Amino acid sequence: MHTILSKKILTERTWHMRVAAPLVARKCCAGQFIMLRIHESGERIPLTIADWDRAAGFIDIYFQEIGATTELLATLEPGDTILDVVGPLGNPSHVEKIDGTFVMVGGGFGIAAGYPVARAFKEAGNRVVAVLGAKTRKLLICEEMLKSVCDEVYVATNDGSYGTQGLVSDVLQGLLDEGEDIRLVYPVGPPIMMKIISQMTLPHKIKTIVSLNSIMVDGTGMCGSCRVTVAGKTRFVCSEGIDFDGHEVNWDEMMSRQKMYGRQEAVALSHHHEHGACWGGAR
Amino acid sequence: MSDYSKNLTIAERCAIPRQPMPHQDPVERISNFNEVALGWDKDTAVEEAHRCLLCKTPKCVTNCPAEIDIPGFIRKIADGNFLESARILRASSALPAVCGRVCPQESQCELTCSLGKKYQPVAIGRLERFASDYALFEEELPIPDTAPPTGKRVAVVGAGPAGITVAGDLVKLGHEVTLFEALHEPGGVLVYGIPEFRLPKEIVRLELEVIQKLGVRLVKNFVVGRTATVDDLLEEFDAVFLGNGAGAPKFLGIPGENLNGVYSASEYLTRCNLMKSHNFPGNSTPVAEGGKVVVLGGGNVAMDAVRMSLRLGADEATILYRRSRKELPARIEEIENAEAEGVNFNYLVNPVRFIGNEQNWVTGVECLRMELGEPDSSGRCRPLPVKGSEFVVPAEMVIVAIGQSANPIVASTATGIETDERGYFIADDDGRTTKPGVFAGGDIVTGAATVILAIGAGKKSARAIHDYLGDSRWPAEILS
Ligand SMILES: Cc1cc2nc3c(=O)[nH]c(=O)nc-3n(C[C@H](O)[C@H](O)[C@H](O)COP(=O)(O)OP(=O)(O)OC[C@H]3O[C@@H](n4cnc5c(N)ncnc54)[C@H](O)[C@@H]3O)c2cc1C
Ligand SMILES: Cc1cc2nc3c(=O)[nH]c(=O)nc-3n(C[C@H](O)[C@H](O)[C@H](O)COP(=O)(O)OP(=O)(O)OC[C@H]3O[C@@H](n4cnc5c(N)ncnc54)[C@H](O)[C@@H]3O)c2cc1C
Ligand code: SF4
Ligand code: FES
Repeated sequence: MHTILSKKILTERTWHMRVAAPLVARKCCAGQFIMLRIHESGERIPLTIADWDRAAGFIDIYFQEIGATTELLATLEPGDTILDVVGPLGNPSHVEKIDGTFVMVGGGFGIAAGYPVARAFKEAGNRVVAVLGAKTRKLLICEEMLKSVCDEVYVATNDGSYGTQGLVSDVLQGLLDEGEDIRLVYPVGPPIMMKIISQMTLPHKIKTIVSLNSIMVDGTGMCGSCRVTVAGKTRFVCSEGIDFDGHEVNWDEMMSRQKMYGRQEAVALSHHHEHGACWGGAR
Repeated sequence: MSDYSKNLTIAERCAIPRQPMPHQDPVERISNFNEVALGWDKDTAVEEAHRCLLCKTPKCVTNCPAEIDIPGFIRKIADGNFLESARILRASSALPAVCGRVCPQESQCELTCSLGKKYQPVAIGRLERFASDYALFEEELPIPDTAPPTGKRVAVVGAGPAGITVAGDLVKLGHEVTLFEALHEPGGVLVYGIPEFRLPKEIVRLELEVIQKLGVRLVKNFVVGRTATVDDLLEEFDAVFLGNGAGAPKFLGIPGENLNGVYSASEYLTRCNLMKSHNFPGNSTPVAEGGKVVVLGGGNVAMDAVRMSLRLGADEATILYRRSRKELPARIEEIENAEAEGVNFNYLVNPVRFIGNEQNWVTGVECLRMELGEPDSSGRCRPLPVKGSEFVVPAEMVIVAIGQSANPIVASTATGIETDERGYFIADDDGRTTKPGVFAGGDIVTGAATVILAIGAGKKSARAIHDYLGDSRWPAEILS
């Protein structure tokens, strides 16, 4: 049982939660994730560990309400418990001093997921730039958090309500055009964004590391649900990643696998809307 | 003794027919998840027990990896002393109610049973199930005494058959045992792999309760290699046993294997058994269902997957196997059950690629016909492809059940524990690895095998760990 210590709404459907998980906090590093299961009949879902306090024994998660489980999670309040939290899972991101600028490109929950990696690259002595994207200013999250660990933070909004009007890729293109000495790009967020960024950096031969968010069950390498093709080989994201070379990922396969349960997810969501309040769970 | 026991001559014993196992009707059972084999009542069990010749040098025992006193427990059933029978079983195995259901008896104890030379062998497995169920459901077996505390602490990694055995044996010897399990439920393959209709989860839960009552501390949601490494554990514990199983699914490595609708058996069965997706959306983990289901492979895992798919509403469920029926590695009882339930068996075919549609969903498996050649190293005939025999088996879902391999998470984060080229831990007969204080056993040493072999390995390791906790000796030959 893991107690929710605090909860904050950041935008309409994006939440920050602080959860007691001393064993995870003791060991986790940038780039790792947890799997959680809210109650006895719940599914296991992966969420990135965005921050942690080893001494106090808690972790921070940021999540978007996009389906039955994340909607249910959003209804829990401080003091409520989550039945299972396991982690840290996945391999820590490879962090080193590089010869040039590190650019984290974040979209949606990916901004929070990329935060610990940006911070780790900053701590390793690098120049760190963040490019954050949102549909509109209201939906932008974690800007201040990123500012505290980056040399520069740029924002792109689709409607131009804040920062540059356009996409994160436009901002990245601008940085390239201005001659920023980019050596490593780290896109985190929706696969389509990661794919576009990877395609952009390929002709420039800029190393691009992506954090893949494929569908998972156990998160420990036991089932193969999360598999993707990277450089022509099948790899398990949870146990061999989650970071991979974005230039080698088979994006179309990755994206179609993410949609495998589209029909069932819709059923789960309407079931949750009808019965959501009556699960015999944590409270 | 009791009114059950009869004094029979050998001829009279031989004349008793082997008692059949009542089953749920095949048509009915494929629309539920309840156990297929219904078990025996007392009279049937006693009757079968009277078939045993109570051999002085029992051939059955020599072929039992857990060296269970088989005539001993059978005699107690014949006497009507079922609880004592269960006690004898439990003295040799932490999971007798499980083994009675899932052991391949036909290639172990029942294969060498002396009665089997001329007649049908004694139904040892069914008797084992009867007596151990009796102690789980009818009359409780007293929890055995444990030795006084030794102050020694042991970490057991993985709550599968191997880990459960080691934990139970060591706690009885007075050691303080913590059992670490990666998943949210203990039991290993017994809970996430083998379906409810073959092994009710209640049985596994009750057997686990026994070792917890003995004092084993269970820590779930703890992934060794991630939550803590083996080296971390050695700072807190005097010895570590690795029983993390061969959990990683194997794939064929042929084109189209990552299409939607293609599952590893591990994923399919984990979704169904551990996450209970048959109950979706009440249980919120989804699984693909219905349509034409094709399962690749011929072992227990393939049988479980194909029979599960029928229960989830498959219109048609087909096994594709490279060799012929004779070579199917699954337990004979499960093959017969699958046949009775209407599974199609398509022998001597080998998949070469998966075919998909524009939505990246699988629509079929392209196969080659095979013919059997000379026997290979396993003694089974080697299947050889017939040139130009390509044909397509239509499928809306395909389950790949061609075996498991070692999950590298534990090994890759530990220092000094050597593995072979396939990632299995190198260990001596008693489970000593190349790192002093670290033992290993079960599937993670032998490769995917059986429940009883994992139990056997656990028993040996528990003895060796007990010795090591006393004298801290580590034979030099293992280290070199
Ligand atoms: C390594 C990793 C880290 C992640 N980190 C975060 C994070 O920090 N914040 C965040 O908001 N989201 C994160 N996600 C995505 C998150 O796991 C999904 O949003 C969540 O599982 C959706 O569940 P649902 O029931 O609410 O929605 P559903 O209706 O079930 O699904 C909505 C969409 O989420 C995806 N999804 C569904 N089930 C899973 C699953 N079991 N595993 C992965 N994706 C799934 C699918 O693409 C699906 O179309 C991460 C995913 C991975 C793999
Ligand atoms: C579908 C299926 C059907 C089968 N049918 C039969 C049958 O009918 N008869 C038979 O005899 N055998 C059968 N087997 C084989 C049998 O189940 C295995 O040989 C046996 O379970 C091996 O036991 P084990 O303890 O070595 O490993 P497992 O049962 O695999 O248990 C290992 C445990 O370790 C845990 N673990 C793994 N990694 C970690 C980690 N890093 N940290 C902590 N915990 C970890 C796992 O979650 C698991 O609980 C079947 C196997 C499958 C998959
Ligand atoms: S070999 Fe057969 S007959 Fe002899 S003791 Fe064993 S089970 Fe009984
Ligand atoms: S989620 Fe099961 S192997 Fe990755």
